[in-house]
Amino acid sequence: MNQLLLVVTIGGQQVALPASAVESVVELDTLIPVPRAPAHVAGLSALRSRVLTVIDCMRALELGATDVSDGIHEAAVVELDGHHYALLVDSVEDVVEARSEPAPLRAAMGRGWEAVSLGLVETGATPLLLIDVAALIEGVEARAA
Amino acid sequence: MDDLIADFVAECREMLESLGGEIVAWEAQPEDRSRLDSIFRFVHTVKGNCGFFEFPRLEALSHAAEDALADVRAGRRQADGALVSAVLAVIDRIGEMVEVIAAGESLPEGDDAKLIQGLAPGADGSVAVPAAAVVGEVKNASVAPRTIRLSVELLDRVMSGVSDMVLARNELARRLRDNAADVAVDGAFERLSGIIAEMRDAITRTRMQRIENLFVSLPRMVRDLSAELGKQVLVDVEGGDVELDREMIEMIRDPLTHIVRNAVDHGIEGPAERLKAGKREIGFLSVSARQSGNQILIDICDDGRGIDGKRLVEKAVAAGLIEAADAVRLSPAQQFELMFEAGLSTAAQVTNISGRGVGMDVVRSNIERIGGVVEVDSRLGVGSRMTLRVPLTLTIIPALTVSIGSQHFAIPRSAIEEIVRANGDSVTLSQLGGAGVATIRGRRVPEVALADILELPSSLSDEQRTLVVLRPGGGDVFALAVDKVHDHEELVVKPAAPAVMATGLYAGTTLADDGSPILLFDPAGLARVGGVKLEGQERVGRALETAPVTSERVSVPVLLFRTLDGARRAVRLATVDRIEDVSAAAVQWAAGQLRVQLGEAILPLGGCDARPAHGEKLRMFRLSDGCTEMGLAFKEVIDMAEIVGEIVPAEVPGEVAGVTLIGGEPAELVDVHWLFARHCGTAGQGKREAVCRLPTDDAWMQNMLRPIVEAAGYRVVGTDSEEPADLVIAAEGSADPAGEKVPTIRLRSDPEAPTNDGSIYRYDRAGLMTALKAVGGGVR
Repeated sequence: MNQLLLVVTIGGQQVALPASAVESVVELDTLIPVPRAPAHVAGLSALRSRVLTVIDCMRALELGATDVSDGIHEAAVVELDGHHYALLVDSVEDVVEARSEPAPLRAAMGRGWEAVSLGLVETGATPLLLIDVAALIEGVEARAA
Repeated sequence: MDDLIADFVAECREMLESLGGEIVAWEAQPEDRSRLDSIFRFVHTVKGNCGFFEFPRLEALSHAAEDALADVRAGRRQADGALVSAVLAVIDRIGEMVEVIAAGESLPEGDDAKLIQGLAPGADGSVAVPAAAVVGEVKNASVAPRTIRLSVELLDRVMSGVSDMVLARNELARRLRDNAADVAVDGAFERLSGIIAEMRDAITRTRMQRIENLFVSLPRMVRDLSAELGKQVLVDVEGGDVELDREMIEMIRDPLTHIVRNAVDHGIEGPAERLKAGKREIGFLSVSARQSGNQILIDICDDGRGIDGKRLVEKAVAAGLIEAADAVRLSPAQQFELMFEAGLSTAAQVTNISGRGVGMDVVRSNIERIGGVVEVDSRLGVGSRMTLRVPLTLTIIPALTVSIGSQHFAIPRSAIEEIVRANGDSVTLSQLGGAGVATIRGRRVPEVALADILELPSSLSDEQRTLVVLRPGGGDVFALAVDKVHDHEELVVKPAAPAVMATGLYAGTTLADDGSPILLFDPAGLARVGGVKLEGQERVGRALETAPVTSERVSVPVLLFRTLDGARRAVRLATVDRIEDVSAAAVQWAAGQLRVQLGEAILPLGGCDARPAHGEKLRMFRLSDGCTEMGLAFKEVIDMAEIVGEIVPAEVPGEVAGVTLIGGEPAELVDVHWLFARHCGTAGQGKREAVCRLPTDDAWMQNMLRPIVEAAGYRVVGTDSEEPADLVIAAEGSADPAGEKVPTIRLRSDPEAPTNDGSIYRYDRAGLMTALKAVGGGVR
């Protein structure tokens, strides 16, 4: 049984998250900002009486910032070390089956992508970059520090 | 196999814990068969298991102890001090080994021959006299309750599940309110709601442990300590059935142990010294726990030499913690507070029992970390008492919600000292070198704006904000300026994600009633990020607070007027509500005195003896003491003025309190108190509240006593208030408030003082309430 992947778009690019790590896909409306938190922490949101720490994937990857001032945003909910996070993405596309183990990508990627990449996985259509959720949550700045 | 070992370890630990108290009790009563049996059972169990698991050292030890105890059981030998100590030593060694096994390590090689030898009879020359055979059945009264072991992690998961359920229920309740549902749905929801509440109670209780778990080790510890120090100490442990959150118990274990050690080491004197001081040679130490509201109070009292406040001050001065000039102004309570300063120990010499660098400062910060408080009370030569106040659970925190702009935050209530308006009379804000300083009733505290700390935009100016005075662990205060203060709430707090915690500002997150997340602040973190230095300055600040108020005379604004019969008088402006013109028809004799009708109210009227002639207008001041009103007739107002000179008091109490110079001419000062007493005192003012005067500058009274007094139905006024009081509460030894002929309750800080001086111990709540009621009843 091959790994299932959740295909999402971040900064206009299709990437894959391990579906086993994703609890659910939600739509967030209001965000409570967290003053002085790292920039990639977009804020807090509540999901069924649970507090979600919302991660702005664009910022985490140093691709710019997602506009969170209004509207509804799609996010993938993951759990890491007992905390729940919502990863803000442009959109959630599909769930596909991986056709291969992640293979290292030898081409030069952007700094942000480099840090969160687990490698390239083959799917039925196009190969996708598999994202390390923990590294994404940690954010680029935190690692640089 | 690993599972079996884990079970063995768990069993041993449990038995060891419950044995601590048994052994001491056995020593006191060696013939007590049931105690002996339980100790015997323990070593027997250990021995049996060791053979199975192949722990030869452990087996040899338990075997030797079993043999010795079997002899005692069979009456071949009598339990004496030497044997008890030897058995204790063996049990301790077993405990150590069990911990090694628990850690998954193999037992190190070692020699236990000495310990085993110690068990042999007659080493100290004691002759084994067979005790009278203990006849009679040993009743095993307690049937072990049916239990299972659960991992704490699982319990925590269930607990957080239930918390979520409560929040989900709240949300559902809100939705139901918004869309009026039909009655059947409401009924079903009510039922669900009830079940959830019940479950929450039950699950909270599963996390609770009897505080006994913490207390059982104390008798043993005290016994060992006192033996080592050559002292005799009797321990009394009470309230072991009080239940406390499991985590809480762990958090207070070390502080409690430290305080008890201190009490035995420094508090209780040696037998000779005690006899010389006229005390029993056996010292008394009592540890008791009780629940009070959602707090647990743990008292540790000893009848030792007490805490020498003066020595503490000397030490603090010598250590450079405070200035000598400030030191002389410290009250006894403040002197005791010094005990919590880092690097201060009153022990004449550092023993290996206490004074090993872990000081009371650590004790206090540990207790404060869990939202608790440490209180000290002591009397030199008589004893001391430490009180630990800790909340019941860690997960539900009473908090105050505040906001900046549109965003809400929560502050743990335990850290909040007071809340004042930045534009209030008693507060001035100033900027010194870019740093904010708030002067609140003469006390200078660093001030930071929450909006600045959080780098949030806020449209309010400093003066429009509200100051929340915080005292994070460690005792220093600072003022936090927030835009708005909202509400007190009990919040279910959960840890926040590491990225959020890394800011150092927050202690966790929680959900508001409307389901939106709220961040809970860590007050110490706020201070740190806000650049407030917490050490050193507040002590001086506190000292200044108690410094004598500058002798500059405060001017009193008055209204100068002429009475109907032409006298030149002044009435304090603060007591005059407004000036009224009334027609003569509104003035009537009724119920024995002149009264004036103003709209719907009928007020007693002073300042004239007869009704004015028909058709005349009468001018009067409408005086108010805050809840009652009366009229005071006059002819004309002369001027507004201020009393700056001295007041020569009148010889007899009456309408005039005294004479003073106003504008170079003498004026009689109206005694408003007398007026009210005369005209309103007997009038049966049903809604009038009794008034109690508390010293404004006594922090204890304002913070601790005031709520009690207010709860007893009094309105509290300060020393500087003009209002007549029905009751005055003063500290022991303070001067009598001049010129007040009202009942006075004096409070002493010492529980033992003779009671014939009419004073009440300040924590004698029952006595206090009786006194309050007695006076209050007389007023109404």
